[in-house]
Amino acid sequence: MALLYTEKQKALIELVREMAENEIKPHVKECDEKGFCDPELYHWGFDMGLHMLEVPAEYGGVGLDYATIAMIFEELAKVDAGYAITFVTSFVALRNVILAGTKEQGLQFAKTLAPGKFAAFALTEPNAGSDVGGMKSTAVLDGEEWVINGAKTFITNGSIASIYVIFAKTDVAAGSHGISAFIVPRETEGLSVGAHEDKMGLRLSNTTDLFMDNVRVPKENLLGELGGGFKLAMNALNQSRAFVATMAVGIMQRALDEAVKYAKERKQFGRPIIKFEMVQGLLADMAMRTEACRCLVNNTMRMMDAGIMPQKEGAICKAFVSDCAQQVTSDAVQVFGGYGFIREYPVEKLMRDIKVFQIFEGTNQIQRMTIAGCLDKEYK
Amino acid sequence: MRIAVCVKQVPDTTEIKIDPIKKTLIRTGVPSILNPFDRNAVEMALQLRDTYGGTVTVFSMGLPQARAVIREAIAMGADEGYLVTDRAFGGSDTFATSYILSSALKLKGPFDVILGGQQAVDGDTGQTAPSIAEHLGVTRVTCVLDLKVEGEKCIARRKVEEGVEVVEAKMPVLCTATRESNKPRYATIARKIYSLDCEIPPISKADMPEIDETKIGLTGSPTRVKNTFTPERTANGVYITGNTAAEIAARLLDKLADAKAL
Repeated sequence: MALLYTEKQKALIELVREMAENEIKPHVKECDEKGFCDPELYHWGFDMGLHMLEVPAEYGGVGLDYATIAMIFEELAKVDAGYAITFVTSFVALRNVILAGTKEQGLQFAKTLAPGKFAAFALTEPNAGSDVGGMKSTAVLDGEEWVINGAKTFITNGSIASIYVIFAKTDVAAGSHGISAFIVPRETEGLSVGAHEDKMGLRLSNTTDLFMDNVRVPKENLLGELGGGFKLAMNALNQSRAFVATMAVGIMQRALDEAVKYAKERKQFGRPIIKFEMVQGLLADMAMRTEACRCLVNNTMRMMDAGIMPQKEGAICKAFVSDCAQQVTSDAVQVFGGYGFIREYPVEKLMRDIKVFQIFEGTNQIQRMTIAGCLDKEYK
Repeated sequence: MRIAVCVKQVPDTTEIKIDPIKKTLIRTGVPSILNPFDRNAVEMALQLRDTYGGTVTVFSMGLPQARAVIREAIAMGADEGYLVTDRAFGGSDTFATSYILSSALKLKGPFDVILGGQQAVDGDTGQTAPSIAEHLGVTRVTCVLDLKVEGEKCIARRKVEEGVEVVEAKMPVLCTATRESNKPRYATIARKIYSLDCEIPPISKADMPEIDETKIGLTGSPTRVKNTFTPERTANGVYITGNTAAEIAARLLDKLADAKAL
């Protein structure tokens, strides 16, 4: 692989690989068919402390650097990206708290996750996807409490999270500048979840609607500035996009691993198909794209470790990697030929799993708008 | 409760190759791992600590690279570890090794429970841990499936040929763990990071002035390996085939009768 890993990184990758191969992989096919992850599988990640990797040490977490965390989740995503994203999503919510929250809020969040719990980030609404400013959920201050009403959709970890970061309009007239963020514990009265979605891929990842019916939280659960929710969500997503990309690299690497293995075993015209130039071309392209994407993710992570907010780079990373990954997973199916189309073989799932990477955390079309917007500002 | 675990670094293979001239194991080119039985012993120690409180201290005798397996035990959750190492210990057989380890355990002890794997996958003698008990004069319980503590004594379930034996022993006690005893845990990420840089102090001959020099190293080892070989297969199995189960069973009966096994 193209990256130069430290001894520490190698040891951590090896540790996660062993756990994922032995404990998660044997159950993935069945969970994928059923359309949800067996809750008993979560403890393997919790026992290893994966849910605390990004939680800062001052809040009782591991506080590992982004570059190393990405390597760990790439490894997990090789076995199942849906399982990996369940853990990563807690950090999507956490990043909002780290970026804008008080120390007390950070501690509250960390304390909730520590015993082995998940968090969720609730931004998208049925009629406000790319157009975040069009959200309809509202939060009104009533004495010492915020009263939140509305509905969210496509919420990852929706029904398994113990704590949520929920966005709502505190000023309906102010568009995206009227959005604020709130920390809402699961047990809060009026907060309910919809049915788990029957998805095309990432079927081990939990996805539900979220309903807020007069949800009351203390005044101090406002996260960051009043009206600062849109900017906060965008910054948290800038950081989160590279993490989405790291899981896409995991899927690509798995596709490559499976395709090469198959091409060496499968014989046609009296020899393994890896000996045919047309197949070699497919495999080489898959390897080139995978390596390049891994380097791009790593560079974005290192920028984040250096304290840089990767607005353009996060968008480049997510869009480029997920676009490449469509090709790589499709090529893996191509290498497998007819067998690739059969569910008994491992590659069709990768194609299903990867599709949403072009859509979530901002569609790749929105990413291109972001990138172009940055370019427009840079070339003054 | 103070718990000690003795672990060994072994080559990562069940297909041990033997040098035909020197009659010793070929170790070059084979990655080294924590002896799988010892991994069960570490897990047993951690479960005891989790249940009854206390500390888990790991000991390994070997070259400096054996620190790797001590680090693995620390990554799993052991509190500390010592590497028992000295040029004078080189060439030790199970007698000398167990004597040296017992001296190190005395130096850092006393321990209430000492654990080890039932055997190592390289030498397969199963002698070292039980011999440590002999040198220390403590009770020894081998092939332990699980271990409970009640006051001053511990209750062990042992795997024996006929089934499971339950024995009671006064502490201090030395037990060896079987592969079936438990499913060793994975390290946590945080503990793994800690284990990579933590200090693992050496214990050398000089640290143990009481040690009897006639019982250590090559000269202190009574074992002499006369020959090591891969046994030749002298009999091959026979496949009995037939169209129905009854037919196959009848042929089997005939063969057993011919062999005068019935």
